Amino acid sequence: MKKKRMTHVVLSIAVFLIAFPLLFALIKATQSPGQVMSARLLPGTMFISNVRSIWENYSFYRYMLNSMKISLIIMFGKTFLSFFAAFALVFMSFRGKKVIFAFILVTLMMPTEMLIIGMFDLVSLQPPAGTAEFLAWFAHPLKVLFEPVRYGFGWTDKAVSVIVPFLASATGVFLFRQHFRNIPGSLMDASLIDGAGPWRFIFHVLFPLSRNTVGALFVVQFVYAWNQYLWPRVIIRNESAQVVQVGLKALIGNAEGVEWGQVMAGAVITMIPPLIILILLHDQFMKGIALSDSK
Amino acid sequence: MNNQSQYKSRVLPWIFLMPTLLVLLVFLYYPAWQSIILGLFRSNLFLGTRQFIGLENFKNLFTGPLAPAYYQVFLQTLVFSVLVIFPGLLISLILAAMTSSLGSEGKVYRILLIWPYALSPAVAGTIFSFMFNPETGAVNTILRSFTPFSPRWLDHPILAFLLVVCGCIWKNLGYNIVFYLASLQNVPKANYEAAELDGAGMITRFFRITMPLVSPVTYFLIFTNLSYALFEAFALVDLLTRGGPVGAAPLDNAGLTTFLIYKVFQDGFGGSSNMGFAAAQSVVLMVLVALITVFQFKVGEKRVHYGGAAS
Repeated sequence: MKKKRMTHVVLSIAVFLIAFPLLFALIKATQSPGQVMSARLLPGTMFISNVRSIWENYSFYRYMLNSMKISLIIMFGKTFLSFFAAFALVFMSFRGKKVIFAFILVTLMMPTEMLIIGMFDLVSLQPPAGTAEFLAWFAHPLKVLFEPVRYGFGWTDKAVSVIVPFLASATGVFLFRQHFRNIPGSLMDASLIDGAGPWRFIFHVLFPLSRNTVGALFVVQFVYAWNQYLWPRVIIRNESAQVVQVGLKALIGNAEGVEWGQVMAGAVITMIPPLIILILLHDQFMKGIALSDSK
Repeated sequence: MNNQSQYKSRVLPWIFLMPTLLVLLVFLYYPAWQSIILGLFRSNLFLGTRQFIGLENFKNLFTGPLAPAYYQVFLQTLVFSVLVIFPGLLISLILAAMTSSLGSEGKVYRILLIWPYALSPAVAGTIFSFMFNPETGAVNTILRSFTPFSPRWLDHPILAFLLVVCGCIWKNLGYNIVFYLASLQNVPKANYEAAELDGAGMITRFFRITMPLVSPVTYFLIFTNLSYALFEAFALVDLLTRGGPVGAAPLDNAGLTTFLIYKVFQDGFGGSSNMGFAAAQSVVLMVLVALITVFQFKVGEKRVHYGGAAS
């Protein structure tokens, strides 16, 4: 059909245009410093050497390692915690459920970027020297509430500063809640009749049924954690503790003699882990998103 | 449908909920409250000085010598958001609609269209800063060999602004297309076939069938994209333009690509650190986001066509 051919042509062009900046970066990452500055768009042979120099000279491997550790912990932690929070909200009865739900709901409109100023002291200041000192401060609720925070966690330059604040997720709780509510009540009744408690229901019924939602959340959370920029840029001052996204800035840093071939190699490498996760979990991701859409 | 039986336990639900609630309380609610408190102080990050000054920070945002810059940044953020959201969504919808019209033949395009989901604003900014670097950039090198033009992309205020817009649209295409593809999967084919029999052309079908059917998703995406434009674009700006360059006459109070969140960062952590002033700006942002959210829930639900889908 003629129309179909047109669609193929337009889509192919669009796909090429969207991929162009990345292809460009990929090609430039393989070229020698001389070629990089030319209009030449053919692959060179310097990829390995470009990668090696950022690996060695800019401790890029440290950035990658830090980001990998942080992202994996956030991905598993967030999914795990929101699974159980959503379980309590859907399958358990307790007092104050509506208030708790609202409490979680409101955080959907509180992106961390907006809170960096309020979070900075809390995370970076030194903690109180001992329990007595802490209690002496905590015993004055008015001061705790109405004065700028006096103690913090002392997490500057530590990975926890970029992990712990992100372990809870309204998005995750909602996605699981949505998914759990679509699970027929009869399943739980059956497991109740069998005399199975909540744990057995969770591990034998709920987990196997939640593969798509878990897969979708893994993608969303890994990409989110991997792509973090503003908060680590502010809270991490020590190069060796930095994440890879901010590390890219260090590569460009001294604008004078930027080795663009190396910078492009860095950009390409930075993209690989989230891309792998996306491709591996592509099916679950799409299904999980389609599910969240039927709200 | 919450008529299902539930486990009764006094302790277990709280054990399940406690980690989530604690993290939200300590790292979202308390910092939000702290921003309000800090907004009442004059405080310098590097000197460690701190002095209570009441509402002066808030007053300085809207009157006095610092106000014009804030107004300009506010206006720029608005224009920037509109330019990122609407063209971005339109392109995404067209591409998603074309892909899904191909049925199983279109499978190849799916992954090729959604991969930018894994792209980070920082990587997008890094690649753009090389491509469009006025002297060493590849775009100008190529342009110079064919044409007499070699624009100074990052030094020209309007061009730099448009570059940041393009970078943001590019980065967010994957996210938008994922949601459009997912929602187009649920559109019954019969609708299109019937319309085609009635002689409706491709464009008519797009506006009359596709657009209304995906309007709930579009509505949702407008707000997620707004949040993206307000907050996540930070990395792209930081790598590409650092908030500059400063515009011409009425727009010369701040860099043209300095947006609200970038200004928070600059004022709070920049050279002349003024955390209180930055905190006051965070509070304005919080109020803004709260208003948008209320609008989203109150006004939105009524206006959007839900296409008879079970809700």
